Amino acid sequence: MNGTAPLIEVEHLTMRFGGLIAVDDVSFIGRPQEITAIIGPNGAGKTTVFNCITGFYRPTVGRLLMRGDRDYLLERMLGHEIGQRARVARTFQNIRLFPAMTVLENLLVAQHNKLMLASGYSVFGLLGLKRYRAAEEAAIALARAWLERIDLVAAADRPAGELPYGAQRRLEIARAMCTEPRLLCLDEPAAGLNPRESAELNQLLVSIRDRDGIGVLLIEHDMSVVMNISNHVVVLDYGRKIAEGAPAEIQRDPAVIRAYLGTDDEAIDG
Amino acid sequence: MDPRLPRMLKDAALTVLVAAALGIFIVGFRTVDVGSRTGLSFDYHFVDLGVALIVIFFGRLGLSLAATGLRWPAIALGIAMIAAGASPMKLPSGFLHWFVTLGGVLLVIRAIWPWADQAIVAAARTPTGRVIDQIGTRWLGWLLLGLAIVMPFTPFADQKTMDLGVLILTYVMLGWGLNIVVGLAGLLDLGYVAFYAVGAYTYALLSTQHGLGFWVVLPLAGMLAASFGVLLGFPVLRLRGDYLAIVTLGFGEIIRLVILNWFDLTNGPAGIGSIPGPTLFGAVFAETAPPGKQTVSEMLGIPFHGIHRLIFLYYIILLLALITNIFTQRMRRLPVGRAWEALREDETACKALGINPTNTKLTAFAVGAMFAGFAGSYFAAKQRFISPESFTFIESAIILAIVVLGGMGSQIGVVLAAVLLIGLPEWFRDLGNYRMLAFGIAMVLIMVFRPRGLIGHREPSIRLHPVAPHPVKSGGSG
Amino acid sequence: MGKRKRRTSKEQGTTEDMAYFTQQLINAITLGAIYGLIAIGYTMVYGIIGMINFAHGEVFMIGAFISLIGFVICSMLGIGSAPVAILLVLLIAMAFSAVYGWAIERAAYRPLRGSFRLAPLISAIGVSIALQNYVQLVQGARPKPGGQIVSGGFNLFSLDGFDVRISWLQIIIVLVTIVLMAGFTWLIAKTPLGRRQRACEQDMKMASLLGVDVDRTISFTFVLGAALAAVAGMLFLMYYGVIDFFIGFLAGIKAFTAAVLGGIGSLPGAMLGGLLIGLIEVFWAAYFSSEYKDVAAFAVLVLVLIFRPSGLLGKPEIEKV
Repeated sequence: MNGTAPLIEVEHLTMRFGGLIAVDDVSFIGRPQEITAIIGPNGAGKTTVFNCITGFYRPTVGRLLMRGDRDYLLERMLGHEIGQRARVARTFQNIRLFPAMTVLENLLVAQHNKLMLASGYSVFGLLGLKRYRAAEEAAIALARAWLERIDLVAAADRPAGELPYGAQRRLEIARAMCTEPRLLCLDEPAAGLNPRESAELNQLLVSIRDRDGIGVLLIEHDMSVVMNISNHVVVLDYGRKIAEGAPAEIQRDPAVIRAYLGTDDEAIDG
Repeated sequence: MDPRLPRMLKDAALTVLVAAALGIFIVGFRTVDVGSRTGLSFDYHFVDLGVALIVIFFGRLGLSLAATGLRWPAIALGIAMIAAGASPMKLPSGFLHWFVTLGGVLLVIRAIWPWADQAIVAAARTPTGRVIDQIGTRWLGWLLLGLAIVMPFTPFADQKTMDLGVLILTYVMLGWGLNIVVGLAGLLDLGYVAFYAVGAYTYALLSTQHGLGFWVVLPLAGMLAASFGVLLGFPVLRLRGDYLAIVTLGFGEIIRLVILNWFDLTNGPAGIGSIPGPTLFGAVFAETAPPGKQTVSEMLGIPFHGIHRLIFLYYIILLLALITNIFTQRMRRLPVGRAWEALREDETACKALGINPTNTKLTAFAVGAMFAGFAGSYFAAKQRFISPESFTFIESAIILAIVVLGGMGSQIGVVLAAVLLIGLPEWFRDLGNYRMLAFGIAMVLIMVFRPRGLIGHREPSIRLHPVAPHPVKSGGSG
Repeated sequence: MGKRKRRTSKEQGTTEDMAYFTQQLINAITLGAIYGLIAIGYTMVYGIIGMINFAHGEVFMIGAFISLIGFVICSMLGIGSAPVAILLVLLIAMAFSAVYGWAIERAAYRPLRGSFRLAPLISAIGVSIALQNYVQLVQGARPKPGGQIVSGGFNLFSLDGFDVRISWLQIIIVLVTIVLMAGFTWLIAKTPLGRRQRACEQDMKMASLLGVDVDRTISFTFVLGAALAAVAGMLFLMYYGVIDFFIGFLAGIKAFTAAVLGGIGSLPGAMLGGLLIGLIEVFWAAYFSSEYKDVAAFAVLVLVLIFRPSGLLGKPEIEKV
């Protein structure tokens, strides 16, 4: 583990739904320029952790400290504020694009808050002021840069819903990145991808970590992705954290093998 | 003999059975007030019911035939139905003639639809087809706009046509206003007429009691209606879409009830009369001017004619409608407009991107309400008399039907739908009674068969690559 | 509905206030029973397909019309006995309104499963508009007097010359409601039909994998809801004695409010909500102003939605992401 200051500190996170405890006293740390993978069998509570971090659920117990221009306590913030102010972006297990809108529009919607400000809450925009036009051009430039990185420039004006599956996955990541986040939470980005696409995704994630320098939280079933690119792995089982450490350590951890890898051998081969 | 025929016959028979169960009491026994002890007696309509059931049987059979690819029998059946409806044969009611004929027409359309569809696609590929497509999609808006501008100077522009033009344009404006809320932001507002009423009463009260002119009140009415929109929207916009629908439905009714019962302010059911019309640079449209004012004919030095007022009103609503359209088109290209559409597509994803859903919806709601407020003011100034009767749920339903039929989010679709839904019943007066029935059925059919409306195409709000190969569908501005 | 005007002379004391209050309470419970019956239809359909059935108020109206026609037929056939006539009309109205419920689902909901979010709402509104105008066209727009099927009642008690009355009709209304509620609860809780209904409510996909015919179950839900709405329609007709094609609109909104107030998706909640809406409406009319009684019911809806959108007995909805 290196010495950079933590980006997000999850402390004693617990989430109860009625009698069911989906997440039970989980703590871990995510750092900038690192990919922290959260793994575990189905129903281990991984997505629930994400939903707590990104404000879709309010945790029953726990503290979620996000560092940025100041410290944010995510558990006290409204869903959209987490994206807007604490700058946490996410993708979804089942892709959630704006299907009728074009690829470019999807990326511009992601820059909504910045553009709203520049358009003077639409007043300058309606008047067609230069200030807004410049901001819009900058936003398009950022979108284009991302389209180049995910190789979708040619499809920019097509409805997002018409893209092939793998392209939709990449677009969703690019859209999250267009919010210019400090922390990116990816919920099974490799699900449903073929090996080639999966490899491309690895490159993309590594470049996000190294070039953009942000922290990444990654939920993933595909062990080849996890072992290849993550710096740190957190293992959940039945809502509890059962292990934590570097990928190589995790692979040898008996508790993990028992709870997770041991029951699902193919997952290791990926 | 096709082996599938017995199954189709059985299906048609079952349909008839269900229809009979639906109709036997409500249609078969028409209650009439005769003033006897029980108060009611019956007018029996079993013959009508029977004829209708026969039509339903053949109609259903025809539809199954068409669906299984037996087009020619279906077409023959449809033509036979049209012939029966149009023939001098005496059916028990005029409605049944329409019922049979329309049923036949629909059946024929359904039967030839696959061919027609192919033919249209093929025709669109030919060079001439491409040109026509180009004209239709890129220039249709401008064409309609040109028509609308010159309309008052054409020989058709008599009292009746101008009245109809004003009426259609009013609904076009309301449709465009509601389109922001329903089509762009995906919020189902069933009480849109409430904001229309707020606008109308704002002008009526401020003009009759405080002597303010139309052009002064117009912006005020818009702002007031928008504030009502915010006030209502704030508590309910964070809820699920269908809650919003029913709350707005209730709200529309409440506004009407308040207007009806708040006698001191609104004069209750009797309404407010002698509302001054809009002025042109301070001049009034009348034969003789009130003291201290000038009539338009004096100002322009032309002889007085009643139609001048109507032409003036026509251009005002055309202007207001155009403003609504241009405003909407611009908003669509701004971040807030994109956020509206994004919310319609996926609210959860919006939240994850840091967009405040409540505020964004609220702006759509308020902007939509504002345009209803403008239109309401105009309505009061045009009618010169308003009462709660003009603001019933039916109005909201008509406006919604226009938006839905036009294709949610499509500006030009709203125009076509308004012409169709408002214009047609005016031309066929005797169908007026069936208008709302037809609207209701049309809304169901559109949702089932063509959920994206007449014009289902969505033009991107921005493009990265300049458009080249295929014809652009412009949003149009007419 | 306040059937008696409040007397305001000063010498009458608290006993009369008490009597007046009791009388209003009785009226409120009667009205609440009717709303509760309609509310069940909303709550059940919402429970299973997660949508408001906008046309439900119209089914109630049609139920009232079929009952009206049924009663007139009974009197023409010379069925003099009120219980027989009521039972007969009840069955007819339930059966034939159920067909409406079935047809609505078949025509306006089923083809739209999987369509975009607003589609079923819009088509249901279409159905609602169409049904209203259909009844207006074939039955006329004028209010229809229903005559008096059951009259009389008895004095519960008298206080200083102010009688607190219960009419036989009110007893019938409450009794019918209780019996139907009990039967209905049994149906949902104990029969295979009810089990399938609850399974679909929990998880439609899973239920269908386990061999539950989802389409049929949803139809069944609409049919049941429509039958109960028809009963409400009959009781409404008997209670107010007059109906028109527009009664479904307000009653629909109020019953929906009742369903939301009780917690949408919850059956006891719908009944409780119905009672509360009945209470609010009657007492508002009795003590404040009868012009604004509909406004009061609506204000309740907005307040509930703001402060407790899951209602009194409902479970909070967890957004699945």
